Amino acid sequence: MTAGPSTDPRAAAPSTPTPTRRNTELALLGFAVLITLAAQSIVDLTVTGSLRAELAGFGAWFAGIWAVLHLVVRTLAPYADPLLLPAVALLSGLGLTMIHRLDLADEQVDGASGGDAPVQLLWATVGAGLFIAVLVILRDHRLLARFAYTLALVGLVLLALPAVLPASVSEVYGAKIWIRVAGFSIQPGEFAKICLIVFFASYLVDKRDVLALASRRVMGLEIPRARDLGPVLVAWALSILVLVFERDLGSSLLLFGIFVVMLYVATERSSWLLIGLGLFAAGAFIAYQLFGHVRVRVDTWLDPFAYRDEGGYQLVQSLFGLGTGGLFGAGLGGGRPDQVPVAKSDFIAAALGEELGLFGLVALIVVYLILVERGLRTSLVVRDAFGKLLAGGLAFAVAWQLFVVLGGVTGLLPLTGLTTPFVAYGGSSLVANFGLVAILVRISDAARRPAAPPAPPKPAIGEAPTEVVTP
Amino acid sequence: MNAPLRRVAISVLVLFTLLIVNVNYIQVVRSDELREDSGNTRVLTEEYSRERGSIVVDGTEVALSTPTDDTLEYLREYPQGPVYAPVTGYYSLLYGGWQVERAENDVLAGSDDRLALRRLADLFTGRDPAGGDVVLTLDAAVQETAMAQLDGVTGAVVALDPATGAVLGMASTPTYDPAQLSSHDPAAIRAYAAELDAMDTDPRLNRAVQDNYPPGSVFKVIVSAAALASGGYTPDTVIPAPDTLTLPGTSTQLRNFGNSSCSSSQEQSLIDALTISCNTAFAQLGIDLGEDAVREMAEGFGMTGEPLEIPIETAGSSVGDIESEAALGQSSIGQRDVRMTPLQAAMVAAAVGNDGTLMTPYLVDQVRAPDLTVIDRADPEELSEPVTPEVADQLQEMMESVVANGSGRAARVPGVTVAGKTGTAQVAEDVPDHNWFIGFAPADDPQIAVAVFVANGGGTGGDTSAPIARQVIEAYLEGQGG
Repeated sequence: MTAGPSTDPRAAAPSTPTPTRRNTELALLGFAVLITLAAQSIVDLTVTGSLRAELAGFGAWFAGIWAVLHLVVRTLAPYADPLLLPAVALLSGLGLTMIHRLDLADEQVDGASGGDAPVQLLWATVGAGLFIAVLVILRDHRLLARFAYTLALVGLVLLALPAVLPASVSEVYGAKIWIRVAGFSIQPGEFAKICLIVFFASYLVDKRDVLALASRRVMGLEIPRARDLGPVLVAWALSILVLVFERDLGSSLLLFGIFVVMLYVATERSSWLLIGLGLFAAGAFIAYQLFGHVRVRVDTWLDPFAYRDEGGYQLVQSLFGLGTGGLFGAGLGGGRPDQVPVAKSDFIAAALGEELGLFGLVALIVVYLILVERGLRTSLVVRDAFGKLLAGGLAFAVAWQLFVVLGGVTGLLPLTGLTTPFVAYGGSSLVANFGLVAILVRISDAARRPAAPPAPPKPAIGEAPTEVVTP
Repeated sequence: MNAPLRRVAISVLVLFTLLIVNVNYIQVVRSDELREDSGNTRVLTEEYSRERGSIVVDGTEVALSTPTDDTLEYLREYPQGPVYAPVTGYYSLLYGGWQVERAENDVLAGSDDRLALRRLADLFTGRDPAGGDVVLTLDAAVQETAMAQLDGVTGAVVALDPATGAVLGMASTPTYDPAQLSSHDPAAIRAYAAELDAMDTDPRLNRAVQDNYPPGSVFKVIVSAAALASGGYTPDTVIPAPDTLTLPGTSTQLRNFGNSSCSSSQEQSLIDALTISCNTAFAQLGIDLGEDAVREMAEGFGMTGEPLEIPIETAGSSVGDIESEAALGQSSIGQRDVRMTPLQAAMVAAAVGNDGTLMTPYLVDQVRAPDLTVIDRADPEELSEPVTPEVADQLQEMMESVVANGSGRAARVPGVTVAGKTGTAQVAEDVPDHNWFIGFAPADDPQIAVAVFVANGGGTGGDTSAPIARQVIEAYLEGQGG
């Protein structure tokens, strides 16, 4: 951290006016919408031979979402990072396209019409609503720190809810991570993730000095005092509980990974990483010994082709899809991604890899990389410690989740039940991630905003209330 | 906190790089392996969604794809299924392709390099890509006659054009209905396959090319060729023909068919020995010529043990190991380890008929693009020259005598000179003999060479197989305007 009061994110005083880069964002959003519509048209033309009548409506709706979000950002967070929103637009556009493409495949098989893409578009709209709500309500990200313990409680309840609910309401494919009410399925874990990251950020900023300084030096490593191990042990135990009671390998791995990395960032002590890794290894070993479902996952991961008709079926089909897609892919609508079970949600990356090929899949990964690295850049630039840790945690969460999912789908890691952020079918994941990006946008606005804007931005909207807030 | 954040940023870069490297490994390095895995139905369903080319015989499609309403957009049909099944094979959702459907899959599926330019054109014109046609060399009359004649027995017929090596007929019985293995109903396919599995002899095996059998006296043509080629013999050379021959180094008595006597003088001319198919004479002749002479001549006629691709891959034919003079004696009458495919037997007749030159047998006459333009045409190739034209003439004279005066009289066709040789091969104690006939006609200008094989026919080559050969020869010559 450089000069200035480190707690005020707006303390930077640049000599030249900071460009807002809103027009860059608008142009990139237009590009993302254009790619999405082109992809949708290709799918229709390839599969059915003609454009569907609803395409115009879809296009208008989809473009409308981003136009509205752009205007909201322009008004409420004018200095926000211009790449975050377009990356999300492109990812969700590609996701919607692939879901629509798989709808068409389902239609051919069983004649079912309607499909999941319109539902997903609706969820995207809900997500956009959450995005706007976050920006409207949360005028300063530091507000969140005040509710850290409340959010922790909410997060824990959300996380625990499916475990205590009866299996008929909460269990799908053996994982107890759902709440199914009135035809809707909600994965509360997706929201719990964000709540807990906020809590981690707030808690770790408070305790970082103790966690970082009270240590002994052993063999070149700063080893924390035994009693300071408490938080990491609690997080570890929480992950294990999730694994035991919800049989959710993914969330377990996700939460623990995020916590350890945030702990490391907060304390700047790499010993925490080693401790985390050790605990992970111990947990993984115990889980492998004790739980059949974990053992099956690991065994099928090590040699999927030996279990090609049983536990390895999904992964093997996924690899077939990717392999057949090859360098250039089968083209949108040209492959058979419907051969992979649950292609719309867990295996959507395999479907994209089959039809868009290696080039398409790598491009997708790079778009995620842009999203994540812009998030991490935000955390580097923002001046308050809470904002830093929160932005870093959120950005890393997206990266870690993608790594675990994509690693699973491509056989690099054991399969877990996580969803591909923004792309996979599933309302909870989509809405929650919109909320996540909204917080990142808010922090990035704070990070880049000059102390005294060269031209007062629309006093009518009233930036005044945020000025009142002090940490 | 910026230093650890930068490290996290770099770690993310590393993690994503791992993902990208792994995806490269799967989609590039392992791409072919995954694409071709038997569990990957994508390639097959993609093939089904394309109009597969037809297999054509004499202008008639014997295998063709017709559009359907289900997800596998085309159904494979075989209008004369059982008659052409030994050649066409099947194209099954569960078992893949077989015979020509398998051997010429690239053309039929449209992925052959010879169709590449056209595929590119299809890409730009938006035309649905389709497979090319495979036009076979088969003659419909020969094939239908051969299959009809073999009805009820286990056997095979191969007919060749001696001058080119074109396969005119390739029959194998029992046969089956390939359409039932190529339907879109997996349960029905499995049921039919189970039915075929339960049979004593698998109909899916093409006995004309994919299995080999002891040829018996048919092999005497090769021993005769070796004798004539040695320069020490003419058809009129008198050779020993005892009633019984004690094989050298053993006490085994080799006898003639039915313990008959070849000649009261215990010796006869080479042509007479072949005409009546004298075992003792040829066993002694083989021993006198030596293993090398017999083996070299057999290899010259194609019995190298190597498979051919016509394009169906054939079984090899060979004389096997010959450990002793006794074994050589038995091998010289086509017993012991001597094995021939019916195709190989037909090749022997064809080479003699074609002045001693053996042409490479082939089954595909033309490859046609979907718009029926011919993109490839068979180019007859010489496989070997086992004997000189002079020796071939002498062999022909001897084989004419077999049909005119000897064991092959049942193959005589009115108005046409037929040259041939019968074979009755012992299989095992208490198991009926295999019955063979090879021949070609017209002898002075051979247009068809034929081999007939009836497994465990129980009769002799002369009374079981020769009449089938006659029918096939007649059917072909009539069709040729004879």
